[in-house]
Amino acid sequence: MNTNTLIEVRDLTKYFKTKKGMLHAVDHVSFSIGKGKTLGVVGESGCGKSTTGRAIIRLIEPDSGEVWFDGVDLLSLNQEEIRKKRTELQMIFQDPFSSLNPRKTISETIEEPMRLHNLVPDKKERQLKVARLMDTVGLARRLYNTYPHELDGGRRQRIGIARALSMNPKFVVCDEPVSALDVSIQAQILNLMKEVQEQLGLTYLFITHDLSVVYHFSDDIAVMYLGQIIEKAPSDELFARPMHPYTRALLSAIPVPSIHDRKERVIMKGELSSPINPGQVCRFASRCAYVFDRCTREAPLLQAKDNNHEVACFLYKGE
Amino acid sequence: MRDQYEKYSQYRLVVLRLRRNKGAVIGFIFLCLLVASAIFADFLFDYEAEVIAQNISQRLLHPSFQHPLGTDEFGRDLLARIVHGSRISLLVASLAIVLAVSFGGTLGAIAGFYGGLVDNVIMRITDVLLSIPMTMFAIVIVAALGASTRNLVLAIGAASVPIFARIVRGAVLTVRDVEYVEAARAIGAKNSTIIVHHILPNCLAPIIVQVTLRMASAIYNTAALSFLGMGVSPPSPEWGALLASGRNYIRNYSYLSVIPGVLIMLTILSLNMLGDGLRDALDPRLK
Amino acid sequence: MMRERSQSQYALEIRDLAVEYRTIEWTARALNGLDLSIEKGKTLGLVGETGAGKTTAGLSIMGLIPNPPGRIASGSILLEGEELLTKTEREYRKIRGKKVSMIFQDPMSSLNPVLTIEDQLTEVIETHEHLSNRECRKKAEQMMELVGIPADRITEYPHQFSGGMKQRVVIAIALACTPALLIADEPTTALDVTIQAQVLETMKNLKNMYSMSMLMITHDLGIVADVCDSVSVIYAGRVVEHGSLEDVFDHTRHPYTIGLFNSLPNMKDRTAKLKPIKGLMPDPGNLPRGCTFAERCDYAQGMCREVYPEKIYRNKEHYVRCHLYLSKTIESEMWNR
Repeated sequence: MNTNTLIEVRDLTKYFKTKKGMLHAVDHVSFSIGKGKTLGVVGESGCGKSTTGRAIIRLIEPDSGEVWFDGVDLLSLNQEEIRKKRTELQMIFQDPFSSLNPRKTISETIEEPMRLHNLVPDKKERQLKVARLMDTVGLARRLYNTYPHELDGGRRQRIGIARALSMNPKFVVCDEPVSALDVSIQAQILNLMKEVQEQLGLTYLFITHDLSVVYHFSDDIAVMYLGQIIEKAPSDELFARPMHPYTRALLSAIPVPSIHDRKERVIMKGELSSPINPGQVCRFASRCAYVFDRCTREAPLLQAKDNNHEVACFLYKGE
Repeated sequence: MRDQYEKYSQYRLVVLRLRRNKGAVIGFIFLCLLVASAIFADFLFDYEAEVIAQNISQRLLHPSFQHPLGTDEFGRDLLARIVHGSRISLLVASLAIVLAVSFGGTLGAIAGFYGGLVDNVIMRITDVLLSIPMTMFAIVIVAALGASTRNLVLAIGAASVPIFARIVRGAVLTVRDVEYVEAARAIGAKNSTIIVHHILPNCLAPIIVQVTLRMASAIYNTAALSFLGMGVSPPSPEWGALLASGRNYIRNYSYLSVIPGVLIMLTILSLNMLGDGLRDALDPRLK
Repeated sequence: MMRERSQSQYALEIRDLAVEYRTIEWTARALNGLDLSIEKGKTLGLVGETGAGKTTAGLSIMGLIPNPPGRIASGSILLEGEELLTKTEREYRKIRGKKVSMIFQDPMSSLNPVLTIEDQLTEVIETHEHLSNRECRKKAEQMMELVGIPADRITEYPHQFSGGMKQRVVIAIALACTPALLIADEPTTALDVTIQAQVLETMKNLKNMYSMSMLMITHDLGIVADVCDSVSVIYAGRVVEHGSLEDVFDHTRHPYTIGLFNSLPNMKDRTAKLKPIKGLMPDPGNLPRGCTFAERCDYAQGMCREVYPEKIYRNKEHYVRCHLYLSKTIESEMWNR
């Protein structure tokens, strides 16, 4: 594994058993993220991005695959070992209202990881660290003993970030961290997350459905559809030359806050096909404007074209 | 808009809402008086002299200035007996509930958190226990172990365990999948830590409500068992026992039974009104 | 009683509307002198963040402010020239669904899960129009087709539809009796972006077909650019800037509006840092004196904290409430965005 790669995911798979069959939530997903970089994962509801994020840090147990982190396959560790590894792998959650225990003050919430892993045994030192973390994320020190319900969404999300940072992690999974916030607060939090990344050399997996945010925030972007990555490229490249028909439709659907540059909208027909027992076909075939025979008989593989640009589509001649 | 309006602490809001419920307030005041009388019983009426000592010359006196509630068949002041009796009722009921909440709550938390087979087994056992009427259950246990205050506590406590198991299990289920529990797991908390520090503190609302309501039924059952002679032993002035012994004199000296009976009723009523008020005040939808 | 409907060019006119919410602990002014107007056949975008009062504005028009704890303190709402605030609940019921309809954010909870789509569609038709059962059913099927759902699915239940389709059903119900005004409160926020695009297309087509006026309540400036003719920017219960699409997008004047645009990721330059607005919207229970935006404004001066700014007009429609401008200076560009 490349020494500049922090995380390498290979063939990560998670299926859920339902009455109607196997639901392919995450289907042989592979990618790698370099140290200090951000990989954005975008897709619409049901594409499996949240499940992927959770499966990587084993909040959900994947069915198969490998997650190589710092020379260790996370999926081979037992419960106790992964619990100890949690100091290095953290997560920021989506909903600032429900991701904080309403009965704990914000200092208790930020302090908890340190107490659990006994990283800072001295109480006074811990309190100091909490105060410094609050400074880092922009929370006024006078809020030390307040409860979450006394604060607004933006501040609560800062608490979540402070909690994630309290153990000096290397890798942070961000699951829609700003989706529940107002636009002006979103911008504040995104700036904060970027600053912190630069200061601490963090690596992010940034999961979102918001394409403009992911463009701004990520170095590379992976587009997911029904449990599979269908396109992956550096951000500028993806937006400049989207290859997969789904990506094209997705990009054209973003509402542009300008009355100039109105672009042609690619409307997809139909509805999402079912993630249950999808079979060996292209999962986007039923909605694709460019569909042809091969698409309904074979499943395209994610293959690299040029410029680090990978796509899973028969339209593009591969090897 | 939600978080902008939550200016005051949650507890204060609950108290404010509770205060507006007249029934709950009256119930609360009555219970305070009751608890006060239980605590200060010894100061008000000396146990040896007034509650137990028999004074035949004073027997069966109707309520008067000297004896505001009259005297019983042994010449003992009824008011004194009732005040001391409150102590027993409250003590037995409280201990029984503490027992029930501890055992039942633990079982319920385990069942709710782990789910699957563990949940199934615990719940089926609770179902069976719940199908037995509480009073019957208590009677059976006392009959098996013998009548004493300690066994009374055990019996009534055991009879209430299934209910708390159910309640706590339900509350745990609602909280278990909330994001801050997932967050706790993400920072590396063990299951026991998660249950004790994150889940249970947020389940308190339904538990508190049930505690008040179950206290009411515990008091009822204490009285019932004592009435049947299976509870405390004489000369303990437990209210149910007072009811029982007053039975024989009900025609001419009805106060001997009526007054303890009314008090039992008022206590239960107060607990119920307080419990209902708490349930409404803690209802998250009204926030 | 005959009501003279004035030949107003406005489908909706709100003047100086004040709405407050009162509880035992506090009183909050959700709307603090709101002015709004929508011309017939046009779409107004009401843009603002959480807590600005957008939903309250929509609910006030519909007469759906919960009372208690809310109440309309003062002002006037004219729907096609008719004053709404003096109407009784009974009179209001005749208007809802017939002259003005509202659709909400979450399609999951807008539909009754135990009734079929047919039941819910025909309910609104039966309430307002005197048609036979067969005619009602026919009309319902027409509405389904209009929003792009096959009519034979009319006998299904809401859970059998996806989120986007549910929202389209909601639109069909709202438009079944061809109201003069449709109020859409964040109708696509809960939907995926590709579905959002479909639903917005549907709404635009219907609007054109019926020459309907629409109040589009949203926080998304992209949607405003796509669907609206004019824009009102609302902050802390009042409109701080209003104008045509071109006025507000290309000749932005109010610092808050400029801040909103600056908070958005720059799609041309990835590495440019976002410029958020510092601070938070003020607590509606505790509004500051003077301009409510002053404490967050980079350009606030002394007067801003004392006096609430009047409307300064840049052209016939475009006005802004900000002390930075005098009628003379407003035409010149203050900033390059």
